[in-house]
Amino acid sequence: MMPAPRPLMRLAAWLCALALPGLATAQDAPRSGYSYMEPETQALQDDDFLNPGFFLVDQGLALWQQPMGPEGQSCAGCHGAVETAMRGVAARYPAFDPAADRLMNLELRIQAEMAGRMQATPFDYSAPEMLALTAVISLQSRGLEMRPEINDETLPYLDMGREIYETRRGQLNLACLHCHDDHAGERLRGDVISQGQINAFPIYRLLWSEAGSRHRMFEWCMQSVRAEPFARGSDEFVALELYLAQRGAGLAMEAPGVRR
Amino acid sequence: MTEGSVPVARRHGHIRWPGAAIGLFLSGAAAAGAQSLPPLTEVAGDPARGEALLRDMGRASCLICHEISQLDEKDMGEIGPLLDGVAERYDAGELRARVADARTLNPDTMMPPYYSLDGLAGVARAYRGQTIYSAQEVEDVVAFLLTLTDEAAQ
Ligand code: HEC
Ligand code: HEC
Repeated sequence: MMPAPRPLMRLAAWLCALALPGLATAQDAPRSGYSYMEPETQALQDDDFLNPGFFLVDQGLALWQQPMGPEGQSCAGCHGAVETAMRGVAARYPAFDPAADRLMNLELRIQAEMAGRMQATPFDYSAPEMLALTAVISLQSRGLEMRPEINDETLPYLDMGREIYETRRGQLNLACLHCHDDHAGERLRGDVISQGQINAFPIYRLLWSEAGSRHRMFEWCMQSVRAEPFARGSDEFVALELYLAQRGAGLAMEAPGVRR
Repeated sequence: MTEGSVPVARRHGHIRWPGAAIGLFLSGAAAAGAQSLPPLTEVAGDPARGEALLRDMGRASCLICHEISQLDEKDMGEIGPLLDGVAERYDAGELRARVADARTLNPDTMMPPYYSLDGLAGVARAYRGQTIYSAQEVEDVVAFLLTLTDEAAQ
């Protein structure tokens, strides 16, 4: 029998490891950050009229329809209604883009759409408009299982993301796993540490008094251990995002989330 | 990937101390998992300064992870052991070894090294090349820890 090509074998190994959590890591079954929140914070997320993240959704809906670039194209012009066109998209991102030959998350995909087809100046990675568009798109996956596609193209990113997740960094010399795998549910100063799942992003964070992206959260965590964060939108952070999406695969998407 | 990053599998290196002079009188003691460290400076630690430092949230406070019941602080962490009565369990040298670099006792510890640069990677620019505490600050915090007797905890 022909030996399986290496990438395929590694893929198989990954899938096995994921199917047998007891063997793979000491990690518990995925649990949304929602379940670690105070009831009052949960109530804010549960009510679409109280949830401050819905300001973003409204803005995002307007942007979805807004003509941009020299030909006045809009997202809606090509895709139609966001509710149908974007259903399930956020749940399977980040995804590999063959044309760009790289892994893309929602923000990078939106920038590519604007710079390419629409010939418009793309929104900055951290612009409020970008956050608003990712919010309205992510909302269309609410309730669906987060599940990125793991294949030959995405596998190297998955490995890279896992290495970042497990590497000690910063003056406090801590890796993501020290807090989010080893001490989830325990109190770190005023916070209860969650598993660091990304199924609720973008989140409205009470501590920030505003909403933020997945990469802003990664940056915050890295800064809190006095590490030099990777840039938002960098290959490193997109790879980390893929790893976290895979690590939490099966969790229900819940954007826009509300967190302490 | 990133330059200088240290994967977990290789994260326990041997201990290198900042400052050649300090390295000198530590050689030997630090080599094989020091359980105890001699004083880092000639000036005795000041427990009051140590307490203030330990409570300062801007200085990577121990209270992020530990609780000390007699302190009037809310939201103390529960990652590390309760430090009540810690002076009954350890002497000055043992406390100093733990604060300076808890990895000498447990290579997989979550407790940050307050006085070692060994193996650190990806440190933010503003903190690069600096330990969390100075030698004298370690002495001050150890002096405060030595006041945490069972009696003090009553
Ligand atoms: C020193 C502890 C610590 C480390 C190390 C750490 N985090 Fe966090 N993280 C927190 C705390 C505290 C919060 C806020 C409470 C919560 O949601 O867990 C948080 C929140 C998060 C969240 C939001 C979870 C949600 O449900 O909204 C994500 C995602 C996250 N962290 C990812 C990471 C990643 C990726 C790394 C490594 C680059 C990392 N964290 C390193 C302490 C840490
Ligand atoms: C990020 C978490 C964290 C921080 C911050 C931290 N520690 Fe720790 N500490 C731990 C853990 C976890 C242990 C348990 C032993 C181990 O795993 O190495 C510990 C153990 C100890 C011990 C031994 C306690 C015993 O009963 O055996 C002492 C003493 C101690 N820490 C003091 C301090 C002091 C003083 C500071 C601040 C200067 C501090 N710690 C900061 C996590 C932390």
